[in-house]
Amino acid sequence: MTMIDTPMTGPIKGPEGPEHHPDHHPDHAHHASPTPIGFWIYLMSDCIIFGTLFATYAVLGNSFAGGPGPKDLFEPGFVFLETAFLLFSSITFGMGMLRADKGDVDGLLKWLGITAVFGLLFIGMELYEFRHLIHIGAGPDRSAFLSSFFLLVGTHGLHVTFGLVWMATLAAQLKWKGGLNESNTRRLGTLSMFWHFLDLIWIGVFSFVYLVRLV
Amino acid sequence: MSEHHENSHGTFNSLMTGFALAGILTLIPFGIVMMEPSWDPSVTIGIIMGLGAVQIIVHLVYFLHLKRSTEEGWTFSATIFAVVILAIVLAGSLWVMHNMNANMMPMTQDNMGALPALPAGAEHGAHGASHE
Amino acid sequence: MATEALHQSPPETWTPLFGRLTWDWIPYHEPILVGTFAAVALGGLAVLILMTYFRLWGPFWRDWVTTIDHKKIGIMYMALGFIMFVRGFADAIMMRAQQAMAAGGAEGYLPPHHFDQVFTAHGVIMIFFVAMAFITGIMNYVMPLQIGARDVAFPFLNNFSFWMTVAGAILVNLSLFVGEFARVGWLAFPPLSGASFSTGPGMDYYLWSLQIAGIGTTLSGINMVATILKMRAPGMRLFDMPIFAWTTLCTNFLIVAAFPVLTATLTMLTLDRYIGTHFFTNDMGGNAMMYVNLIWIWGHPEVYILILPIFGVFSEIVATFSGKPIFGYKTMVWATACIMVLSFVVWLHHFFTMGSGANVNAFFGITTMIIAVPTGVKVFNWIFTMYKGSVRLETPMLWTIGFIVTFTIGGMTGVLLAVPPVDFQLHNTLFLIAHFHNVIIGGVVFGVYAAVSYWWPKAFGFKLDDTWMRRSFWLWFVGFYFAFMPLYALGLMGVTRRMNAYMDTAWQIYFIVAVFGAVLILGGIACGFIGGFVSVKNRKALACGPDPWNARTLDWATQSPVAPYNFPEDVQVTGRDMFWKMKQDGFKWSGHYHDIHMPKSTSSGFVLAVMATIFGFAMIWYIWWLAIVSFLGCVAYGIAHTFNYDRDFYIPAKDVEATEAKDALA
Repeated sequence: MTMIDTPMTGPIKGPEGPEHHPDHHPDHAHHASPTPIGFWIYLMSDCIIFGTLFATYAVLGNSFAGGPGPKDLFEPGFVFLETAFLLFSSITFGMGMLRADKGDVDGLLKWLGITAVFGLLFIGMELYEFRHLIHIGAGPDRSAFLSSFFLLVGTHGLHVTFGLVWMATLAAQLKWKGGLNESNTRRLGTLSMFWHFLDLIWIGVFSFVYLVRLV
Repeated sequence: MSEHHENSHGTFNSLMTGFALAGILTLIPFGIVMMEPSWDPSVTIGIIMGLGAVQIIVHLVYFLHLKRSTEEGWTFSATIFAVVILAIVLAGSLWVMHNMNANMMPMTQDNMGALPALPAGAEHGAHGASHE
Repeated sequence: MATEALHQSPPETWTPLFGRLTWDWIPYHEPILVGTFAAVALGGLAVLILMTYFRLWGPFWRDWVTTIDHKKIGIMYMALGFIMFVRGFADAIMMRAQQAMAAGGAEGYLPPHHFDQVFTAHGVIMIFFVAMAFITGIMNYVMPLQIGARDVAFPFLNNFSFWMTVAGAILVNLSLFVGEFARVGWLAFPPLSGASFSTGPGMDYYLWSLQIAGIGTTLSGINMVATILKMRAPGMRLFDMPIFAWTTLCTNFLIVAAFPVLTATLTMLTLDRYIGTHFFTNDMGGNAMMYVNLIWIWGHPEVYILILPIFGVFSEIVATFSGKPIFGYKTMVWATACIMVLSFVVWLHHFFTMGSGANVNAFFGITTMIIAVPTGVKVFNWIFTMYKGSVRLETPMLWTIGFIVTFTIGGMTGVLLAVPPVDFQLHNTLFLIAHFHNVIIGGVVFGVYAAVSYWWPKAFGFKLDDTWMRRSFWLWFVGFYFAFMPLYALGLMGVTRRMNAYMDTAWQIYFIVAVFGAVLILGGIACGFIGGFVSVKNRKALACGPDPWNARTLDWATQSPVAPYNFPEDVQVTGRDMFWKMKQDGFKWSGHYHDIHMPKSTSSGFVLAVMATIFGFAMIWYIWWLAIVSFLGCVAYGIAHTFNYDRDFYIPAKDVEATEAKDALA
């Protein structure tokens, strides 16, 4: 969960920490929370996990071992729908953030709910695709191509699932643990980064894993 | 005040601009693939990859609000560093593995069939490591 | 024959309750292991009894297990490193003894089955649980002090990272007594490490312990980067930071960039073994060379992850004991940054012989030679710092000079290996073994000893016993040359690594010299530990003030041992070598203290790591129900942890004043 949390907010915070003066914005950069940059660096390292999986797909993607290839398996219309759901969820999350900026917790929760629905639709489609592929004998153990396909797309799907669990947790905290207080706002900011990041990775997936192989 | 802007999450207009751009950049590659154009496949591949790269930048700017100034430029620097490492890992692996495959023992008539140009589903034999 | 019996693995069976774990996997028929187990068990029991007798459990839990104080976490990393070092060194001396005996048809005392586990465990432990633990410990302890911070950016995460590293270490050690360890070499190349050729739990111990520890390492890397970027004292620009803080920054950037590659690669191997995917298999399109490629994309940056912070350590020590600012500060910084990037474009030199062809080999050979240049810059900077300085040959400085000499030799043999045609002759020979031990022992190990003897007074308030630490140095230094120079010669004769026995008796004398060197090193280690005990015993006599070495950087502005809050008040930084400047201006705290905001201790990191250990154990032994339960436990506990918002407290100003006054009296 939000492991990157509860940062120390600067070497000197004396008696005038933000808890005492929520509106106080110190002028030194080092007083600002380290969470956004810390989380960004986490995302970059996650990005390199995906990069490794992309590289593996690039190298092993033609090793069909006599099994089915991309044109036998991938359906552009299906992937388009998945892509649309994920892009919509990114936008609805953005709408929620705009509500949060206004301090509107109920509006935020509504948009988070819509985001979660899109996320679930995406995950549902992906599970359907995986089930279908395994059913027709094109599971991850069929060939190196399919191994690398399942791992790359599956890792992305696991991230989305994790994001949904996080979203549910944060929604509960927004509702019952002090609304948009300092901690929850910070967590919302990191979840927002995470969610948009997953959409960004998906661009690589639909372009490089699906579309290019259908040409 | 400048710090306050850093933590803001854009405006409705910027969100919608990003949405529109991302939508267009998604529709074009899917449209091209679905209408199966007659031009050279490498052109299509180039377009798809190019538009994908552009859309990644669109997402970074409009959704992730990446700016050179955020966190004294560290967000930007970290991103550049990650992109460089990604490029090295991807290009390096492809280069190294391609050269290794090319230097493998000469192919026999039998496993020539493993070349990817043949239609998928053709018999490839079990020479997994010697594709290409 | 007794050895024959040892080759047989227990039959593959599976029960729902215990997975594939059966009594046959407990190695009670192997005398070496039974003896080790008895020693460990008796030692453990003694510790338990003593801790109970002196009622130390409460303080141990409150002050150490649950602590989020970067200094205590740093000390715990060092303790972990030394414990694992003993284990790793025991493996080393066993191998040396075996090879000194097993010439010309003699079998020695270690059967291949056991010998292969020993060399695998030695490499894995020394890199992941000794060297990594040491450098993480030093960075944890020193870096926040050097940048004038109260703690790291994410104190809870720091505690969690540490316990995840311990979880990995526990799994590796568990493999001694429950089952077996991998027999594949420290990087576990497939197909040998795949499901077909490595049956049994050994390889799975390898995978899960590295994955679990790897989570800790990556998170710790993120934490340190964020700390340096966001937590510096007011006024401290990046170019005001001590060199050690710089090398810490670059190292942790390398960690967050390189460890994900390891995670992904080991995940693929795990999937190959567990669900029958074909990433690195021989059939169905898998490509084992892709594993070699990926693991070295992580592996080469990893060696710089180990050495960069040590370069930082030596930079601090040389400057302090020469009484001069470091020579060429900016070139030092840029050399570090260059190494950071270049370390990602040399990985293929580990497998020139794979057959990627002349163009690829030429490219990576040249980049490898180029990366030696910034390292050379650093060596010259250290030498020029000493030049015309008033050099004091205290123990840290002794290790430093030992390092410069030894490391330079190791670096030059590295450049030899960077030439692809030479590498074709020397690949996987003992020449390579000698080379990387030359840089890792001459660099990392000497550096850790230097760092410990340098910062020990800061951590505990008294110096280490000089006589014993000097004995330790000389035994290590001389022992190293005896132990590894013969291996260079053997490598040139074509002797390959990881041999259990060999026919040519002409080699034996070199191996005997090497084992003599290993015994000298053992003496060096023993003197170090004795020195530690003697120092603790004589701590009154060895007590020293906060700045025993007349040092230059902010870490020495604190009390010794450092108070929980590090600095009683903020330091306004105006330049490099800030503490030196402060001393010139007659350094004194103002005495007007404020309440200090601090993070609260938490047991969450420890609990999560315990569950992760159980999860790893369950996965290794195919105990699926336990894996599911412990995984869900981790998730649930992690979520529950986020519902705790009460995570900080204030140290009242009067307590700060009292603490500082006590120091003034001393």
